[in-house]
Amino acid sequence: MNQRNNIWSGVDWITIGLFLALALFGWMNIYGAGYSFEQTSIFSFDNRAGKQFVWLMTAMVVGFCILLIDEKTYDVLGYWFYGATILLLIATPFLAHDIKGSLSWITFGPVSLQPAEFAKCFTAIAIAKYMGRYGYRVETWKDLVVPCVMVLIPMAIIMIMQKETGSALVFGAFLLPLYRQGMTGKIMGSGVIVAIVFVVVMKCGWIPDKWLDKVFEPHQKTRIEVLLGIKEDPTGAGYNVNQSLIAVGSGGFWGKGYLKGTQTKMKFVPEQDTDFIFCTVGEEWGFVGSTLVLLIYLAFILRLIMIAERQRDTFSQVYAYSVASIFLVHLIINVGMVLGLLPVIGIPLPMFSYGGSSLWGFTLLLFILLRLDASRVNKLH
Amino acid sequence: MINDTYYKRRYVIAGIAIAVVAIYIVRLFALQIVDQSRREKADNNALVRQPVYAARGLIYDRNDSLLVFNQPIYEVLIIMREMGSNFDTLSFCQCLSIDTVAYRERISQISDRRKNRGFSKYTPQVFMGQLKKEDISLLQERLYSFPGVSIRKRTLRDYTYNSACHILGSVGEVNERDLERDPSYRQGDYSGRDGVEKQYEKQLRGENGVEVLLRDSRGRIQGSYNNGEEDRTPTAGINLHLGIDIDIQSMAEELIGEHIGSAVAIEPQTGEILALVSMPGWNPKDLVGKARGNNYMALLGNPSKPLMNRATQAMYPPGSTFKTLQTLVALDQGGITPDTRYPCNGPQSTPIKCTHHHGSPVDLGMAIEQSCNPYYWCAFRDLLQMDGYGKGNKHFRHRYELWREGIMRFGLGQKFEDSDVPDQKGGSIPSTKLYDRFYGKTGWKAITIRSLSIGQGEVLVTPLQLANQAACIANEGYYITPHLLHNDSTYLQADKRHETGIDGAYFKIVKDGMERVMTNGTGRWHNVPKWHICGKTGTVQNSHGKDHAIFIGYAPKDNPKIAVAIAVENVGFGATWACPVAVKMIDAYLSKHYPELADEEQITENRE
Repeated sequence: MNQRNNIWSGVDWITIGLFLALALFGWMNIYGAGYSFEQTSIFSFDNRAGKQFVWLMTAMVVGFCILLIDEKTYDVLGYWFYGATILLLIATPFLAHDIKGSLSWITFGPVSLQPAEFAKCFTAIAIAKYMGRYGYRVETWKDLVVPCVMVLIPMAIIMIMQKETGSALVFGAFLLPLYRQGMTGKIMGSGVIVAIVFVVVMKCGWIPDKWLDKVFEPHQKTRIEVLLGIKEDPTGAGYNVNQSLIAVGSGGFWGKGYLKGTQTKMKFVPEQDTDFIFCTVGEEWGFVGSTLVLLIYLAFILRLIMIAERQRDTFSQVYAYSVASIFLVHLIINVGMVLGLLPVIGIPLPMFSYGGSSLWGFTLLLFILLRLDASRVNKLH
Repeated sequence: MINDTYYKRRYVIAGIAIAVVAIYIVRLFALQIVDQSRREKADNNALVRQPVYAARGLIYDRNDSLLVFNQPIYEVLIIMREMGSNFDTLSFCQCLSIDTVAYRERISQISDRRKNRGFSKYTPQVFMGQLKKEDISLLQERLYSFPGVSIRKRTLRDYTYNSACHILGSVGEVNERDLERDPSYRQGDYSGRDGVEKQYEKQLRGENGVEVLLRDSRGRIQGSYNNGEEDRTPTAGINLHLGIDIDIQSMAEELIGEHIGSAVAIEPQTGEILALVSMPGWNPKDLVGKARGNNYMALLGNPSKPLMNRATQAMYPPGSTFKTLQTLVALDQGGITPDTRYPCNGPQSTPIKCTHHHGSPVDLGMAIEQSCNPYYWCAFRDLLQMDGYGKGNKHFRHRYELWREGIMRFGLGQKFEDSDVPDQKGGSIPSTKLYDRFYGKTGWKAITIRSLSIGQGEVLVTPLQLANQAACIANEGYYITPHLLHNDSTYLQADKRHETGIDGAYFKIVKDGMERVMTNGTGRWHNVPKWHICGKTGTVQNSHGKDHAIFIGYAPKDNPKIAVAIAVENVGFGATWACPVAVKMIDAYLSKHYPELADEEQITENRE
């Protein structure tokens, strides 16, 4: 009883507030992105906003339940969860329906779930458990390789078996918790240098097509080429980004007003309620609205970093940094894509994009952290 | 406890987040605030601006008879993208009574962006225009079976009378040049091409409205943008009232009939043009709609030049009608007095023979009445030689300049620049420079330019100028700029009133003479005495064929209501061909508008 009361008083309500603010504003914009002339209500199941509302309600229930579960569960069952996740990821392509070339969706009756969205969470728990061991030192070769492998296994399955490059790339986020625990900065530094060299060399056309074709799928190659301005293809590969930029740019300072975006309403941007949701904000809420959303995300992520820093055991801290990093990488990749700064990589904007799996996945990720954080006080005793 | 050797790395990680968000905000700033071009791109994507055509202003005559109005016509519009592969081309063609060859030809014309700059598969394009209601009724009934096809209504000009074509002018679709010159025109708009339609284009045109529609990414029209807040309803053009009396106009056209010629009538007190006839002309309905192009080309190729407005553009020597002005200028400048007499030797006169039979010596009244050539030669000579020739013909040249100035004060030798009559020619009262070029500075004398005395030779006038001259005599010394608009206040202002500066008493002498022309002289065969018509006939020698017949006149003598000039080409005597047209116009106009004038006349006659 006593401990329960402690839980509720220990929950970080600021984080929940920011989470809900983003999710609700996202929900409004999903309605906007689906809005046309024969409009149904924002709560109607005929449109995605109505469905998203249900996802949001159920996600809240999930979050509430997680807060009730003992925090030791994750430490104790961490590897079991991880193992089950790996098995599910491997099974997914065999159970999945092919949705736009991706084999990552499992359908249960009326709902489809994407196990990859949950894999991030359980991978985070597993590496947190491993790194939380007594005497763990990331500086040693073995202690660095094991968590890296733990990350690379689901990443490889998602990339190779499920053909979901975007979801796999997000696993790169785990570099940050490793870095925080003491992994040498050279790894990240050399990653940045490799990326810069790649861009320069690619832009100059010094990489033979043969090599590129081996590494990238053809559509990925064109997306990179369009981004770097090597290719112009506003009706083909570049269509989506071009229309997205038009939507954002036409918003101006104040935006065109909610439900008044012509790009949005007339469906010029494909995938606008999922991966390209941010351009709806850009068009209808303008510079003011978009900046505000980015600042809320920034506040959210900084708050998570703050939470991570106040953890008193390595398990919680690694997990907390994993969560913060996953949100950050999603934000960087998704908004960078919408603003035409990064190639088109299809991953959702956390809490904003339409989709039950991603919303549930992020809820799981966040509320486990909040549960760990809420009970940190007990660790002293 | 946890290892905190690397606690500073929290700032690196937070720094990455802050840096990325900062970069993205800068990017947003660049996209949304610095670069404004995407707003337009978004509008081009989603907004379709459909013109809603304004009704052109109507045109009435001075008695509120409707001359020009609008008839509805229809355009068949197609949105190619929506027509689909199952489009029933054959029955579509049948509905419009065209064959599939014409259909394909038209489609390729529309799709050619060089010919059709605004082409898009997603927006309505004019497939066929200028169709009558009966042409589209079949299609209208079956419209549901042709996706992407719609019918738009607009208007074309129509005319109540087969008359006044040159005054009214015509309306045509704007061309590339108009579009460049005036950006307020859009492809497919109509504008006045000539006549009043062109002159008063701004007023008649009105303002087209616009309907802003939204289209989706597949080009389907989804409805009105912003609940129609951006739409603009069209403003109809302003209706015009012309000073024309369409009955007199039509009558004069009929009277000139097959001949080539013109007739102009002016209300002297106001300068309003009552009739402006140029023959041959065309039926105004011929230059409307689909047939316009072909009919226009036919008129252009016609050797009798029907497109030329002879009333304002044909230039003739005024012939004997010029003697009225010679009288006034000579009296005013002291070349003659009202009592001056000159001998006339009839056909034996030199250097100009007399073509009429009358006594000698001749006085001024007789000279006008009998159109005596020798009198006018003598009067012209005496005026120019009044001060002698002087050194290097100085005095003579000065006198000539003064004379020319006097004549030009009647509105001759120049366009009426302050008038709304389009397409005028100025005519010519020869300058000293012209003769200098022919004869050298001292090489010409009064005798050299003797033809001028009787309105032949180098002097050229238009029928409009002749009618204005008659109005000026009727007004005893001034004219109001002749114009087409009825009751227009700008023409009441002082700067539209042009004074000759000649004493009214001299005009009385000329008026008496002109009355006698109609009672005893060349006009007596066709006179209608009750209107007290004053007139002067002219017969202009024409080296290319028969003489041109000319007449000027006005009526009634002391209370002028109408001034007229007639010029008929290649028919012979002014008295025979031009005078009767003028008299009939005067008679018709006065009996219609001023019947009481005739009544008074009868009463006074009865008293006598």
